Amino acid sequence: MKISIKSNLIIMLIFITIVLSAPIWGKVIGAAYPDLLQKFAIFALFAIGFNILFGLTGYLSFGHATFLGVGSYTAVWMFKLFSMNVLPAIILGTLMSGVFAYIIGYLSLRRSGIYFSILTLAFAQMAYSLAYSVLTPITNGETGLQLSQQDPRYLDALFGVAVSDGLPSTNFFGLSMSGYSGFYFCAVILIIGFYVSLKIFRSPYGLKLTAIKSNQKRMKYTGFNTRPYLLSAFMISGMYAGLAGSLMAVTDPLAGAERMQWTASGEVVLMTILGGAGTLIGPILGAVIIKYFENIFSALNTAELHSIFSFMPKFMENIFVFITNPFVGDGWHLMLGVLFMLVVIFLPGGVLEGLGKVTNLFKRILGFKSTKQGASKGESS
Amino acid sequence: MDAIFLQVLNGLDKGGAYALIALGLTLTFGTLGIVNFAHGALFMLGAFCAVLFNKIITFSVKVKDESITFFDAYKEQPYLEIWWGDIGSTIIDYSIPLSLLFTIPVMLLIGVIMERGLIKHFYKRPHADQILVTFGLAIVIQELIRTFFGANPIPSSAPAIVSGSAAIGAWFGLNDSLVYPWWRLIYLVFSIIVIFAVFVFLKFTTFGMVVRAGMADRETVGLLGINVQKRFTIVFGLATVVAGLAGAMYAPILPPNYHMGMDFLVLSFVVVVVGGMGSLGGAVFAGFMLGMLQSFASMNEVKAIIPGIDQVIIYLVAVIILLIRPRGLMGREGVMDD
Amino acid sequence: MSYILEIKGVNKTFGGLHALADVNLQIEEGETHAIIGPNGAGKSTLLNCCIGRLIPDSGSVTFNGKNMIGMEAHDINHAGMVRVFQTPEIFPDLSILDNVMIPALAKRDGTFTFNPFKKMADQHDIHDEAMSILRDFSLDDFADHIASSMSRGNKRRLELAMGLIQHPSLLLLDEPTAGMARHDTNNTIELLKEMKRQHGTTKVIIEHDMHVVFSLADRISVLARGHIIATGTPDDIRNDPKVKEAYLGESEDE
Repeated sequence: MKISIKSNLIIMLIFITIVLSAPIWGKVIGAAYPDLLQKFAIFALFAIGFNILFGLTGYLSFGHATFLGVGSYTAVWMFKLFSMNVLPAIILGTLMSGVFAYIIGYLSLRRSGIYFSILTLAFAQMAYSLAYSVLTPITNGETGLQLSQQDPRYLDALFGVAVSDGLPSTNFFGLSMSGYSGFYFCAVILIIGFYVSLKIFRSPYGLKLTAIKSNQKRMKYTGFNTRPYLLSAFMISGMYAGLAGSLMAVTDPLAGAERMQWTASGEVVLMTILGGAGTLIGPILGAVIIKYFENIFSALNTAELHSIFSFMPKFMENIFVFITNPFVGDGWHLMLGVLFMLVVIFLPGGVLEGLGKVTNLFKRILGFKSTKQGASKGESS
Repeated sequence: MDAIFLQVLNGLDKGGAYALIALGLTLTFGTLGIVNFAHGALFMLGAFCAVLFNKIITFSVKVKDESITFFDAYKEQPYLEIWWGDIGSTIIDYSIPLSLLFTIPVMLLIGVIMERGLIKHFYKRPHADQILVTFGLAIVIQELIRTFFGANPIPSSAPAIVSGSAAIGAWFGLNDSLVYPWWRLIYLVFSIIVIFAVFVFLKFTTFGMVVRAGMADRETVGLLGINVQKRFTIVFGLATVVAGLAGAMYAPILPPNYHMGMDFLVLSFVVVVVGGMGSLGGAVFAGFMLGMLQSFASMNEVKAIIPGIDQVIIYLVAVIILLIRPRGLMGREGVMDD
Repeated sequence: MSYILEIKGVNKTFGGLHALADVNLQIEEGETHAIIGPNGAGKSTLLNCCIGRLIPDSGSVTFNGKNMIGMEAHDINHAGMVRVFQTPEIFPDLSILDNVMIPALAKRDGTFTFNPFKKMADQHDIHDEAMSILRDFSLDDFADHIASSMSRGNKRRLELAMGLIQHPSLLLLDEPTAGMARHDTNNTIELLKEMKRQHGTTKVIIEHDMHVVFSLADRISVLARGHIIATGTPDDIRNDPKVKEAYLGESEDE
């Protein structure tokens, strides 16, 4: 078998190198903070999972933040009840979202198209409202679920883990999950998550999911029961979200209902389509781009804008500051909305498709033969 | 008994707003085939039309306050009062109802621009794309409003004469102490009038006939050589105006804030889906029904039995109805079936 | 005589229209049975009732001794009854190769197999089978092309290949050659004949093209206004006065 650029091994090697060297290339783009890099990894994981549902089957869920929230709450409860070790927390967080995904998916997948979107949205809103009100004993309502000195932590007590004075911090068999070790932990999980997604994309199972997106009716007449395919994809994708949610709790052990809000569901949709739904690395790219620019733009303020544009003549500077001001700081969401629209209008295939177009254009200009478009969408990585 | 009566009114009131928003939503869906996630934002824009109108007519100048004689005090006096005296103050007092005159052209303009500039290009795109682009637009509108009007709700008052409560208990021979805010009664009547007007318009005008024919079978109407494009624009404008009116009149009930559109959008989508995508009657019926359900679920007696039911009742009903009646209560066959 | 497919007293109405009225039809194992009839006679409705797309108002559809009514479409497929559609129902976003590999996977994997960790590239059996059927239809040169970019004629042939790769015991063909050039039509006839020689597949064909019907069919049934008005060998049908009457007023086959 020939080893091509598209073989799993090569892709994984490149991916691992890029992810693990993030603290290095992060410096170049000014993103080398563990906090931000962790965010990259966690949201990339969330988007990868979402893409397995939306990118492969075409089912647009508007309620995936629910599973993010479920993962976070479960993880924090694990910290409170059993151990500050992160392993049980992320395992149970993932499993718990799997259970929720099974229930919500079982009901929502009885419908397709926009009805499916609205059903998932309705379930998400329900979960969000409940987390705020009736479920306060579990979720601690508006305040959010936090650790406390008095938490029992039975497992830790059993193994005689020393109790510190302040709030305990999360650890992986003693390795504290703060700073870069936290990032590397997330990075390893991301690499595993990416590998699983790669395998799914290139499996017969993945091909069948893509075929459901292409023509579900035909799939039924071809002899496939599409329901279990969709349900399993929904569950996998929900479990990714739960894993991402529990990682959020690992890096910052608290959980709040706002994590389940439908704007959070919208954000992961945006990440996925921005990068390119149905592609392998698109969602990761989308997640990184959004979190990176969020970090930059939401930190800017008017004074900094003046200094950025200070090379211009004074009146030009004022005009530019006036124009850009609504987009920075709190206005980051405005930027996000505009970006959202621009991508859907001009780049329905996402950044990856855009990059492909640009490279083809360059190749044509430089006199190369334009390359044939990839045979299968799933392969355009 | 009194409590139930009050809840019925409350429900009808809420239902009126839901029905008005859902009406436009289902109209754009039925005729244009567009799933508009920015429709809630249009409702919010309507409310801010009222706010803006109020700001314009209360444009003020600092004048010396004559009533304070100890020292030089200044107060803001609207130009309108300076120029027209009492008439000016009356106009300011009635700013909400008067703002409708301002809201209609502004919303129509917004609707036409939106349809011509954006929606038009999405008729042939998949529903997922329509959802995504209008979702983006909703964020943009919401954030622009926040930039210009701030994040805090802006209290708006109804005209003084109807700012109190109506003694409805006495009217219906119930407990005399039973009162209900005047403005909410007015809103209920207003919403019924607007719904009625839309139905009359669609039922008895040639234009309306074409639109209804378009809802039944879009392709055929297009093939008949009727200029569908222009009518699409008008339908979209109409839906925008209805949402705007609903929003402007709602301002005294709920002080307008920038995220009210999103809050109402999810609910009104649920209303549309429960009523049946593309069914006007269904949207109105479901709007009032869900409004009532919600207000009954928020009664303390009900909450005591099933805690938290007020928070989820609408979604719960939506889920149940969608699962047992996939096309909604009054949905027609062939609409959005895939 | 054992029948592979037995349709008994099937009725189906749409609104006031009686699309199928007490239709009885027996298909013998191994035969190629053509159903002809004027437009709107109910031919496609009949096929739809067989594969579970429509549920008849009354009557029974028995396939290999099993009642098919109320069965899910995918179970009917696995029972061995496969339909080839009139308007191509392909997977437009996938490659031609994927399009034929999917029905082959269905045949191998059943209605549901959760195998996310197998490599598609390692499914050599499926791949070889798919390539060989593509060669039969001279589509192998286009294996990498996206299906939606194909010509209509090629889509029809792809559609046929997707049905054939499942080696069904009964193949329902809805106008398999409509819209094909004469040359392709003849190729398709040869392919279907070859398939019969090799696998003895039973076929039910709906067809307007009498050339195709008379080259392939062992028996023919004529459907008019929801009734079967005649069943017999091609020669019987040619000379049946009722058939001529049914086609009167109907412009010649298109």
